[in-house]
Amino acid sequence: MSMAERSMGLGLRALGRLAGSDVVDRLGVRKPAERILYRATRDGFKAVGAANRTFKSVNGGRKATRLPSATSTGLFDLTPTEEQQMLQESFKAFGAEQLRPNALRADTAAKAPEEILKAGGDLGLTMLGVPEELGGAVSERSSVTAVLAAEALAHGDMGLAVALLAPAGVASALALWGDGDQQATYLPAFVEEEAAAPAAIAIQEPRALFDPFALQTTARRERDDFVLDGVKSLVPLAESADLVVVAARLEGHGPVLFLLETSTNGVLVKAAPGMGVRAAATGDVLLEGVRLPARALLGDGDPAVFAAAVRRARLAWCALACGTGRAVLDYVIPHVNERVAFGEPISNRQSVAFTVSDIGIELEGMRLATLRAAARLDAGKDAAREIAIARALCSEKGVWIGSNGVQLLGGHGYVKEHPVERWYRDLRAVGVAEGALLV
Amino acid sequence: MINLEIPKKFVPLVGQAHQVAEEVFRPISRKYDAEEHAYPKELDMLAALIDGMNDGSDLGGAGAAGVRRTDNGDTGVRNGSNMSTVLGIIELCWGDVGLLLSMPRQGLGNSAIASVANDEQLERFRGKWAAMAITEPEAGSDSAAIRTTAEYDEENDEYVLNGEKIYVTSGERADLVVVWATLDRAQGRAAIKSFVVERSNPGLKLDRLEHKLGIRASDTAAFILDDCRVPRENLLGSPEINSTKSFAGVMQTFDNTRPLVAGMAVGLTRACLELTERLLREAGVEVDYDKPAASQSAAAAEYLAMEADFEAARLLTLEAAWMADNSKPNSLQASMAKAKAGRTCVDVALRCVRLCGSLGFGEELLLEKWARDAKILDLFEGTQQIQLLIIARQLLGKTSAELK
Repeated sequence: MSMAERSMGLGLRALGRLAGSDVVDRLGVRKPAERILYRATRDGFKAVGAANRTFKSVNGGRKATRLPSATSTGLFDLTPTEEQQMLQESFKAFGAEQLRPNALRADTAAKAPEEILKAGGDLGLTMLGVPEELGGAVSERSSVTAVLAAEALAHGDMGLAVALLAPAGVASALALWGDGDQQATYLPAFVEEEAAAPAAIAIQEPRALFDPFALQTTARRERDDFVLDGVKSLVPLAESADLVVVAARLEGHGPVLFLLETSTNGVLVKAAPGMGVRAAATGDVLLEGVRLPARALLGDGDPAVFAAAVRRARLAWCALACGTGRAVLDYVIPHVNERVAFGEPISNRQSVAFTVSDIGIELEGMRLATLRAAARLDAGKDAAREIAIARALCSEKGVWIGSNGVQLLGGHGYVKEHPVERWYRDLRAVGVAEGALLV
Repeated sequence: MINLEIPKKFVPLVGQAHQVAEEVFRPISRKYDAEEHAYPKELDMLAALIDGMNDGSDLGGAGAAGVRRTDNGDTGVRNGSNMSTVLGIIELCWGDVGLLLSMPRQGLGNSAIASVANDEQLERFRGKWAAMAITEPEAGSDSAAIRTTAEYDEENDEYVLNGEKIYVTSGERADLVVVWATLDRAQGRAAIKSFVVERSNPGLKLDRLEHKLGIRASDTAAFILDDCRVPRENLLGSPEINSTKSFAGVMQTFDNTRPLVAGMAVGLTRACLELTERLLREAGVEVDYDKPAASQSAAAAEYLAMEADFEAARLLTLEAAWMADNSKPNSLQASMAKAKAGRTCVDVALRCVRLCGSLGFGEELLLEKWARDAKILDLFEGTQQIQLLIIARQLLGKTSAELK
């Protein structure tokens, strides 16, 4: 950080204190002050420090273990495998029994209860993308399975699903792109322990029109090391994460991913809850001259690996939208059937009934587009277009479904006695979020 | 195992249908739009070819008869004639919807016969072109309200039909017309039956041909049924008035044909998108699938949104066809496909015209024609609103008396 930037930081810190005072309001200067404050201030950030886990680095030039593609009959088919059906059922039950009843509490606290995270560990979510040889639970790569899992969990609660799936995303990233040493160093913390290490993928940055292919977080080479600077936002489990897969623009190269142990000097974190997915304990990660060894680079800095991570993350959010969208539909149907107005159930009116129809139609379209993209990934086919389409649908129709979920409940939809207001907030995350998860 | 790609075995069929669309339909598309009611004779030869494709059992079936459900006892996943038919139709309607509707022996009546006829009837009507007559001046979407009567004449073992039918696609050109009529108006929908009437029957009088907004290559006829006598064996399905089953029987045709009409809309939508993509590219706009839509030009973002709706419509259509092939009840999915595809094709076609400016609006290219053709696809075989009713009743568990 340059001297000029540093002194600006100090000035802003003073401003930050000022912001809390009545003087600002009296002077009518609050707006511009707030605008400037967010970007540059270090207020509220803290170093993770020694509290977090350190990883014992393995260096031996080992060969990476990769999962093969699943073999398909080539037939158009919408039937999940028996194994997938079993997983779907158990995740759906977990969502109904554990996530839904705890969702409001976690949303309010902006944090997932410890017992949920532990129970999530028992589900083996982090093992779903990891080969058996590395302690995982699968013998074939399956984004479809990951999509079905995310969908089922998000039917319980999207925020808690994100908290549970963020470490799984990092484990899958290691399985997909980690070299042998990286896999040996980090994967045990995700597959061997009772509760997986808190971790997440950090791609997002705090600015309008953010484009993951035009990052402002930078990495520059310094001898054998990389030095990272920048801010990451909307990172699940930001304050507790031991490991973050962080995206940065490598100078003279392009966007790449690094394995960042949060105990590294210069890593500062701050809780930054948003309007939705609050249970995921989202936060910002500030990187100030963070020095990483060469072995921290994931996937050899291959631009294709970075693009794949961005796409797979988008698809994960699509899967969540499908689950939460389904939760909306399942919730509004009995409500509009039971709610009586003008002498009969409101669902006897076309304006109400047709809204339910449209939720059903758009939800099914979202789901099919998401599954198609996932199946293409599993078959080793290019899925850039299909993922963009799934994201367009899940972002826009998802929000539409959330909004109409509230609308159909009327005033009841606006109060926290019913979950639809939360789904309204959560579904907005789908078109906003980049990174965080991965299928 | 979940896979939503078109199976390899259908690639040749799709390729053939596409060739027909490109080399036969497109070149005469504008001609028959301009010359409404002229018979597209170019299609005769083609129809023979499609008949040949249909004979190829599992692999064939680009035609209207591909909707017949058969149970071959196979428990594995099937990609059969419902899917191949939809795929063929998508390609052909990428070419021209009006010309597809004008294809000899590919009428909605053929689908009705394929869906509900017994084996004897199926054999007797094989190779005939069958139109479908449901709508009346006073009964459109409410097909249970039809007034055309069918009285059984015991002496001659015939039914005598009286009434008026409108909007009969290919009514002038077909060999047969499947006419919906009621055996007893007092008994409501249960008494509604369909009858196969020879086009040459003197009691079936052509009243007029309509002049339309689009699909002008396809003739739309109005008939007067004036003591029109048909043999008893021409009643499709059971002659019993059974309140629980019979109307469901005739409506079953629609569970099978709604995905086909959705397929028509999908084909037309794709045609609009492909042409628009080309014209946008010539104007310097290209869609980037990785870059966030909000960071691209408004035209690119709009194109992406349209493509997304197209894909949702296409996959819903394939889902409905796949369910039919695998003997799964698909009434809900068929209506979802029809509703989504119908509204998407109108929306996309009209937006594409706007994006392409005078190129889209003018008659030099086909976009303006597709925008006119599109609207019928959100109307016939159940309007958007009827589909939403069907979907809502199923999702909400309501009867037609509760949700009107």
